[in-house]
Amino acid sequence: MIESLNHLPRPSSDNATLADHFSDLAPPLTARQAAVEASRCLYCYDAPCVNACPSDIDIPSFIRNIHQENVQGAAEKILSANILGGSCARVCPTEILCQQACVRNNHQECAPVLIGLLQRYAVDHAEFDAHPFQRAASSGKRIAVVGAGPAGLSCAHRLAWHGHDVVIFEARPKAGGLNEYGIAKYKVVDDFAQREVDFVLQIGGIEVRHGQVLGENLSLGELQQQFDAVFLGLGLNASRQLGLANEYAPGVLAATDYICELRQAEDLNRLPLANRSIVLGAGNTAIDMAVQMARLGAQDVNLVYRRGIEDMGATEHEQHIAKEHQVRLLTWAQPEQVLLDDQGRVRGMRFARTQMIDGRLQTTGETFELAADAIFKAIGQTFDEQALSDHNAQTLAREGDRIRVDEHMRTSLPGVYAGGDCTHLGQDLTVQAVQHGKLAAEAIHAQLMLNVEAA
Amino acid sequence: MADLSIEFAGIKAPNPFWLASAPPTDKAYNVVRAFEAGWGGVVWKTLGEDPAAVNVSSRYSAHYGVNREVMGINNIELITDRSLEINLREITQVKKDWPDRALIVSLMVPCVEESWKAILPLVEATGADGIELNFGCPHGMPERGMGAAVGQVPEYVEQVTRWCKTYCSLPVIVKLTPNITDIRQSARAAHRGGADAVSLINTINSITSVDLDRMIALPIVGDMSTHGGYCGSAVKPIALNMVAEIARDPATRGLPICGIGGIGSWRDAAEFIALGSGAVQVCTAAMLHGFRIVEDMKDGLSRWMDSQGYRSIADFSGRAVSHTTDWKYLDINYQVIARIDQDACIGCGRCHIACEDTSHQAIANLRQADGSHRYEVIDAECVGCNLCQITCPVQDCIEMVPQDTGKPFLDWLHDPRNPYREAS
Repeated sequence: MIESLNHLPRPSSDNATLADHFSDLAPPLTARQAAVEASRCLYCYDAPCVNACPSDIDIPSFIRNIHQENVQGAAEKILSANILGGSCARVCPTEILCQQACVRNNHQECAPVLIGLLQRYAVDHAEFDAHPFQRAASSGKRIAVVGAGPAGLSCAHRLAWHGHDVVIFEARPKAGGLNEYGIAKYKVVDDFAQREVDFVLQIGGIEVRHGQVLGENLSLGELQQQFDAVFLGLGLNASRQLGLANEYAPGVLAATDYICELRQAEDLNRLPLANRSIVLGAGNTAIDMAVQMARLGAQDVNLVYRRGIEDMGATEHEQHIAKEHQVRLLTWAQPEQVLLDDQGRVRGMRFARTQMIDGRLQTTGETFELAADAIFKAIGQTFDEQALSDHNAQTLAREGDRIRVDEHMRTSLPGVYAGGDCTHLGQDLTVQAVQHGKLAAEAIHAQLMLNVEAA
Repeated sequence: MADLSIEFAGIKAPNPFWLASAPPTDKAYNVVRAFEAGWGGVVWKTLGEDPAAVNVSSRYSAHYGVNREVMGINNIELITDRSLEINLREITQVKKDWPDRALIVSLMVPCVEESWKAILPLVEATGADGIELNFGCPHGMPERGMGAAVGQVPEYVEQVTRWCKTYCSLPVIVKLTPNITDIRQSARAAHRGGADAVSLINTINSITSVDLDRMIALPIVGDMSTHGGYCGSAVKPIALNMVAEIARDPATRGLPICGIGGIGSWRDAAEFIALGSGAVQVCTAAMLHGFRIVEDMKDGLSRWMDSQGYRSIADFSGRAVSHTTDWKYLDINYQVIARIDQDACIGCGRCHIACEDTSHQAIANLRQADGSHRYEVIDAECVGCNLCQITCPVQDCIEMVPQDTGKPFLDWLHDPRNPYREAS
């Protein structure tokens, strides 16, 4: 349980009622809705939506398949480009990707085609008898994949498809990464994340070993020795800190820790509830945290950000969700002090008002206090340095705190590839991670096959 | 307001919108509802000799567009399945109650003089305004030597028409089947037989679709199917052409034409009238939406006529006929070129790929720095085929602009490139 929040009360609703609050945020399309929506697609040539999709899904083509009642064909087309097409359909910020590019955004066209929901419809209704992709003849090559998140799963699947054997080393008890532990519960509901993992592993040739932590019981050097190639899909496992006094007092918690707990909870009624919550941050994780706390029954949820609305990382769509849940968005306020009661627990936070002066964020000297039972930090994730602590890992070239990779996802170490949030490339999105994993697998495959030919 | 009333082949009606002989005009109940809704006339569903026809179940199937809109309906229903006596009694009463509406009776009896001689006086006695000869029904009746079996043989058309003119004083409208090669042959035969008008088209032989699980075409009767008659908006282009062919045929010049085939809006009706129709008949659109559609058709037609300065249907009937000709008389030197309104363009690329793959490679795909596309017509390559305009989802985005070529009118008959040209 979340130690630092144990003193808080529990939600007043029972588990069944609370579970209802965490059903699909965007309910799936019915067959009729899918048919109507599919018919709105103009089947563009050189379609802008495809160019906007980080994982290169042939969107007009799969929508046409749906419209022609070939749902399995649609799903196979999606999955051949993005093996996690089911979760991407749920978690992708389509409003800034494919759907933003849809030509039907034009003011004369009313609204974009609901590409995400159509993708979900196809993948959810495909009903394959067997895994749709057949492995190539065994290459005899073995590849280590570190991390069973979207990047690692995508990479492993593509490698297995090409006939290689893969061992995934995963720290947590379950595979799936953020889909399993980090996404708002109402975006990926029930056990979908695990069902998707099962589907990915169905291809064969992939072994997942749990409790394997790079930098603890695993080192990059060993992996390089034992395998023909290594892929690092480590994610960003450390939450940024405020650097304030009392940051570790009861009542202060990283939002990702709470979301993880919430997603794994069998009884939502046993989760600590902060009736008055402060969420610090401006990204989608901050919104997820605030909205979930509101759905658990919190009466007063404040999302506080030190800059303005226009600077927020969360999309307009996400901000709208927050507002719908009566989450208050407070901007231009910077955390100054964690306020504690006489038992040493959080009772609120003092903020300094901020403003931009000459392009620099500065405090105005004015402060204010917000009462709160808990403070959730969602000010960004950062690299867990422990993971790259062995000798070989320390030599990896970095870009800021991330691992530097080229367009083929190659790191500075020969035979070592990386992808997803732990690299500096692209946006920190599930779909981006899937694409990285896929590209890395293709690069690994090409390199290994080249070596075979040369030998 | 424009006057929508007409006098067609001697039959008066308050407007040119009539219901065609079909299920909507099967009995008094429907016809009264139609008149209440405002239809100018009806053609009562085809009467025949007793015993009445027997119908099967099921009877209709459809061809759908991408949004499940019905493009066309196929039916295997026969002529009336009620006795002659009931129909005649109802017709008499309805005409009495609705004297200002046109009430035409559709007829189909065996192709023998005695049969026609027997039924015509009975129909005339109802007070009906005219008769329409069903020479077009493509299913069920031809097997019995009626319907399209007659309509496909010009000599029979002429003969039966003549019998009708002999034994009946009412105007005779001959309904033509499109299931022939040259519609003018049927129209000329009707004209020779003394017809007061022709109406067209009747339904087209069709199979709309196949149930691929059961491997049976639709509509399904038990575990079998049969071809039916096709109607609805999908047949409109075929009907319009046949109407125009007759309208511009010197042999039938002046023969009144009642246009039928996929009419569902005032614009459809106006088009049929412009190509030579004096009245129109509607069926499928009413079957899909109910009789209420006539209100919008009357209102729309009347407003459009006002906007054009037409005071009556006759003012514009046939106005497009003189602009319809044979290909050989078209101006070879006329040239249009596509122009894309870049402000209206939504960047879907459909014009580009259509032209690139299947036409003249005349639309360039210029990728912009922001990842969007700009599509531009390459004037020198454009032949003015209209395909880009057709494939564009945005109305009026692509305009076909006439070019000043500086060349005089030249048709193929006089074109130097024609090895068989006529000396000018």
